Amino acid sequence: MTEEMRRTVDPAAEALMDKAGDSEIGTAYDRHVSQGKRCTFGEKGVCCRICEMGPCRISPKNPRGICGADAATVASRHLIRQVAAGTAAHADHGHDIVKVLLMTARGESQGYEIKSERRLHEVAKEWDIETEGRTKEAIAEELALAAMAQFNNLDGEIHYPAARAPEATVKNWRAHGLIPVGVEHEIVETLHRTHEGVDADYVNILKHGLRTSMGDGWAGAMLATDIGDILFGTPEPVRSEVNLGVLKQDHVNIVVHGHEPTLSEMVVAASRDPELLELAKSKGADGILVGGICCTANEILMRQGAPVVGNFLHQELAIATGAVDVMLVDVQCIIPAVIEHAGRFHTKVITTSKKAHIRGAEHVQFHEDKAFDIAKEIVRRAVENYPNRGPVDIPEHKNDLVAGFTVANTFTHLGGRYRSSFRPLNDAIISGRLRGVAAVIGCNTVKKTQDDSHLRMVKEFLKHDVLVIMTGCAATACAKVGLLQPESAREYAGEGLQEICEAVGIPPVLHFGSCVDNSRILVALCEMIKEGGLGEKLSDLPIAGAAPEAMCEKAIAIGFYCVTSGAFVNYAPVMRIEGSDEVVKFLTEDVEEITGGKFSFEEDPVKAAHLMMEHMERKRADLKLRPLMYDTPFLKQEEKEPAAPPPERVMVADSDDMEAFAGLPPSHHCGGKQP
Amino acid sequence: MSKIIAGAAIRGAHEIVSQAEAMFERARQEKSEDTKIEFPDTAYYLPMAYALMELKIETVGQLKPVLEHARDLLAPIPADDLWFPYLGHALDSGIATLLAEEIICAGRYLFEEEPQDGCNGFFTDTILRTLGIQLVDGRMPGFAAILGAAPTNEIAVNIVRELQKRQIMVFAGSSTDGVSIIDQLEAENVEMGWDTYIVPFGRDTISTIYPLNWAMRAAMTFGGIDPGKARDCLMYCKNRVFAFAVALGEVDDFKYATAAGAINMGFPAIADTEIPEILPTGICTYEHVVHELDHDNIVPRCIEVRGVKVTVSEVDIPVSFSAAFEGERVRKEDMQLQFGGKYSDAFEFVHMREMDDVEDGKVEVIGPDVESVELGDALPLGLYIEVAGREMQQDFESILERQVHHFINYAMGAFHMGQRDLIWVRISKDAFEAGFRLKHFGTILHARIHDVYGKIVDKVQVTVISDPAKVKELMGEAKVSYAERDARVSDMTDESVEEFYSCSLCQSFAPNHICVISPERLGLCGAYNWLDGKAAYQIDPSGGNQPILKGKLIDQDAGIWEGINEFVYNNSNRTIDNVSIYSVIQAPMTSCGCFECILALVPEANGFMIVNREFPGETPCGMKFSTLAGCVGGGNQTPGFLGVGRLYVLSRKFLYGDGGLKRLVWMPKELKSFFAERFIERATEEGVPDLMDKIADETVATTGEELVEYLTKTGHPALEMEAVF
Repeated sequence: MTEEMRRTVDPAAEALMDKAGDSEIGTAYDRHVSQGKRCTFGEKGVCCRICEMGPCRISPKNPRGICGADAATVASRHLIRQVAAGTAAHADHGHDIVKVLLMTARGESQGYEIKSERRLHEVAKEWDIETEGRTKEAIAEELALAAMAQFNNLDGEIHYPAARAPEATVKNWRAHGLIPVGVEHEIVETLHRTHEGVDADYVNILKHGLRTSMGDGWAGAMLATDIGDILFGTPEPVRSEVNLGVLKQDHVNIVVHGHEPTLSEMVVAASRDPELLELAKSKGADGILVGGICCTANEILMRQGAPVVGNFLHQELAIATGAVDVMLVDVQCIIPAVIEHAGRFHTKVITTSKKAHIRGAEHVQFHEDKAFDIAKEIVRRAVENYPNRGPVDIPEHKNDLVAGFTVANTFTHLGGRYRSSFRPLNDAIISGRLRGVAAVIGCNTVKKTQDDSHLRMVKEFLKHDVLVIMTGCAATACAKVGLLQPESAREYAGEGLQEICEAVGIPPVLHFGSCVDNSRILVALCEMIKEGGLGEKLSDLPIAGAAPEAMCEKAIAIGFYCVTSGAFVNYAPVMRIEGSDEVVKFLTEDVEEITGGKFSFEEDPVKAAHLMMEHMERKRADLKLRPLMYDTPFLKQEEKEPAAPPPERVMVADSDDMEAFAGLPPSHHCGGKQP
Repeated sequence: MSKIIAGAAIRGAHEIVSQAEAMFERARQEKSEDTKIEFPDTAYYLPMAYALMELKIETVGQLKPVLEHARDLLAPIPADDLWFPYLGHALDSGIATLLAEEIICAGRYLFEEEPQDGCNGFFTDTILRTLGIQLVDGRMPGFAAILGAAPTNEIAVNIVRELQKRQIMVFAGSSTDGVSIIDQLEAENVEMGWDTYIVPFGRDTISTIYPLNWAMRAAMTFGGIDPGKARDCLMYCKNRVFAFAVALGEVDDFKYATAAGAINMGFPAIADTEIPEILPTGICTYEHVVHELDHDNIVPRCIEVRGVKVTVSEVDIPVSFSAAFEGERVRKEDMQLQFGGKYSDAFEFVHMREMDDVEDGKVEVIGPDVESVELGDALPLGLYIEVAGREMQQDFESILERQVHHFINYAMGAFHMGQRDLIWVRISKDAFEAGFRLKHFGTILHARIHDVYGKIVDKVQVTVISDPAKVKELMGEAKVSYAERDARVSDMTDESVEEFYSCSLCQSFAPNHICVISPERLGLCGAYNWLDGKAAYQIDPSGGNQPILKGKLIDQDAGIWEGINEFVYNNSNRTIDNVSIYSVIQAPMTSCGCFECILALVPEANGFMIVNREFPGETPCGMKFSTLAGCVGGGNQTPGFLGVGRLYVLSRKFLYGDGGLKRLVWMPKELKSFFAERFIERATEEGVPDLMDKIADETVATTGEELVEYLTKTGHPALEMEAVF
């Protein structure tokens, strides 16, 4: 990262960057610059802050902390705490949605209903819940109670892995003890294990990280998706628009930001309330627009076709349009800086979760039993705030997209209602039209030019006949440049991928939803194995995953459960582990022996794509699949790269402190010589 | 690109569904909702609706849910920009099209607008079952539905001939620019009909439903798939029925819509115009839609795309050779010369020899060849076939010999009828001009016997004789053998053997069914007797015919043995634990679906009726054959009903457990004339020489009351017998 690095490749963001930056607080990019070069001990995961004898910094000169923990112990402990935090976020999200289902089943919620009875029956069946002759409420209640128990189970194992994954994969998980007994139990155990003086063996620690992360992908997130589909309806393909240009000058603009669909669904419903529309008219607005940022955007995009205002780094910029009457937030990825930006305009920031207050924001506590009333109240505040707008500055940039893909509708897209099937997808891979499937997911980060890594990686995949599945802010990035339009296949896709897109009528990049919907990807992989011809274990599949602009602990947890599920995952920027060769080696090499999956930490998105494709090629060779139908070698002979290069490490011997280590003056950093 | 196809298919489906709705309205208004609506001779109602939706459509009013479902399956036409996935929608619109086309055609039958002039119209269950056997034994590797018209009549004929050559059934129909391939073939004097494997179904695309709902019935009949198990039915068609569509000329919306329906069944479409293609696989086995602009290459391309397994054994003769030509007749005006019949001596004879006495591949002609006689004249003929093989037995001679009829007929322009010393053979002018000579009979027989009976026959040598004196001499030798064989077969009784033979050839379509074949009861299909079972077992010891040791006798009259029961139980997926060989009432044998005839109890007459598959009318038990077949088949035991081969009637064990031949009270006239003297012989043995006259037929009784009245009048013995149960 250099200060000269481009901040974004998004012209809409570029247009508002200076306006937003022209404030006391600046933008995240500005604060990134003022944070300067990060503390190397912190960045490389060898600053131990666990006990009160420290903090300790591990270096070649001082290879042990006060307690004797070495770099591997320190780095792995901190890493799996991050895994636990990410898992906790998705678990809590899933838990909240299950709670809404339970309340709805019991008639205790307001405004919610079981929109997809079909999905309820499907899921109930997987949970061995009797559906014959029962009301949907009775089924939902039993399902909700069973789902709720997933979180605090203390023995046995969580339900989904054995219920959905291929037998061989389950067998392997059991052999290595990788299936959690309960989601929360493993998180608690993580905190205990990593407490001072408990687990010091980095392999044992990291294996627990793998186990803990399974409670995210195969429980918390998976429940959030399934129960969300039951409550709010299973997504179907939708058209919508994306980027800051979707905000409307003549409309009341409500930006919902955060992650859970529970409130945002209600807000969308309330925005269609005739009384409130009338009120908006009386205030001089033509209507009420609800647009989203982050995964809330993806939730209401998938199910309601609501426009997407932007991804993570757009939250400050959206306010800078001066056109946002209310920014409504719940949990996760909400940066407190929005308050200062809102203060420069008329925008009200409304927090709604007991878990996420921000000083200076209006707080309207969300209650499921009064959900619709609360949503209406929030919409009313937005409408009433509309006349307070000052000058408005909405960039014209926006783009069309098609989203709303799920496992269930992929079946019917590929085979219709009567022959619904994954066969055409498997056939496409087996016959060599497709090289494989890549899941590109995750965030934006100021350490990377916004969206740039997503776009470069995805375009590289498309060119080489790799079908791309996306979720989260990564999907929004690609939507902004039109990659989620079916037309884009002709421009970007290789010949084989083009044939598939044209045969089915899909874009080459499929938007699968929010970050909890990465669980949909897991299920899709299970279905590919089930359909046959691509091996027996998830790790046999010619697939790979990437988080090219990862930013948060959730991304680490996702990466972990993907690797545990047998995937090759490229994660960038690199996690804070570079201070320990052992930890790096475990995650990039040794773990493959256990799960069949592994990490790589290639920073360059195109090179990373090549590594992922090399992995697909290896899997294709193992499966003895045909050579690609339209061969497009992605590596020229002279630029052949090593398989999974360990991250570059700069360990300076014989330095007694971090100045030598990082080559920077101490005053900028934590953990160094403090005043 | 595919979007064009999806758009056209969905557009076409909308229009076809609208037409079906209009047909429904018309039927409602001009007839009534209670008016009966049906296809002729089928037990499957409207087969597509029955298979896909489990609806038994019998009246106009019942069409409503089908139409509603079809409408519901219709998606919007894909948008010009930002389209949604359309493959699934196109496939759904294809299903809607199939359901709608079937309603339109059923409506046409209601208004007597079908079958169209010179066309077959709906394919009956009779055809289904007859040809189903050919599908099972591989004689028919698949079928082609040719839609539209070829650029020239010559091309049309060539394509059809190429398909015939590969034994692929051709269903011809639809039109392009007002011209139908049917008319093209007619203009070129191509003989069309079930016998020639070229069947015209109708001149519009909508009538393409006939081959398609015929294939769907195959899934239910031969696949044993329950109606309503839509996906299983479609998958059965994909995996078992090797069909494909050939679109000649412009492909319009209707054809695309129909093709989309066919693709659901796994049937791809191949066009001769530059239409867009759908190459990725997954719904069909291979590509879904392709074009092949070179007419000479279109048939090989079809075979490749559908993955049809064609086994053309190379028979080196100057005319085409295929099962498709089996039903072809050589008319007198087309004939070059003939043998046998009432015109000269002719015979065929297969004789087993020692290995050293046979020179494999040797074909010798004794006597004048074809060109030596005047046009239209006759020659004597002897087909003297000597075989040897390590596994060959004398018992197999007749089995091989009976195939001569089929083998000779496979040659285009050769015609064969009869058996033993009663054969009648013709060679057409065309075949003669193409160079067909006597030695080619030898070539054919050598090749085919090796091909079909390679496991038991190592050497085949054929002498073709046209010298009158030599024919007479060898015919005498053959006659001695014929007589010996007859004695051997007719002397056989169930008591004279220790083992019966099973036949599970039909388990692929009736999983719980197992045939038990005894010397005195042939298989219900009529095609396998005990000797065949024995021969087949020796030819393939792990095949579908296994010996069953009878074991301890449990019931002499009903024909129940411990060993048979045990075998049946173990080979019927443990569903049938008791089976009688001679009773219709007590634990009767199961039936697959291929039976030649059905025996049914007529309680008021205290006897049984028998109806053959070909008989289309009502019977005294209140059901047509097709309806009865629905009760009997599928591998279930149905006391009171039994599928049998027609020759079983002449067996001494016929209805042995239920009172014997004297219980027979009704049979169609056609069967009476088929049995003729042989029946009278048996009736005389039973002490009622005039039994045939006492048995009613359709000219005197088609209801229970009429039957009893007739039997009383003629004094049928059944009325005097003890109650049948």
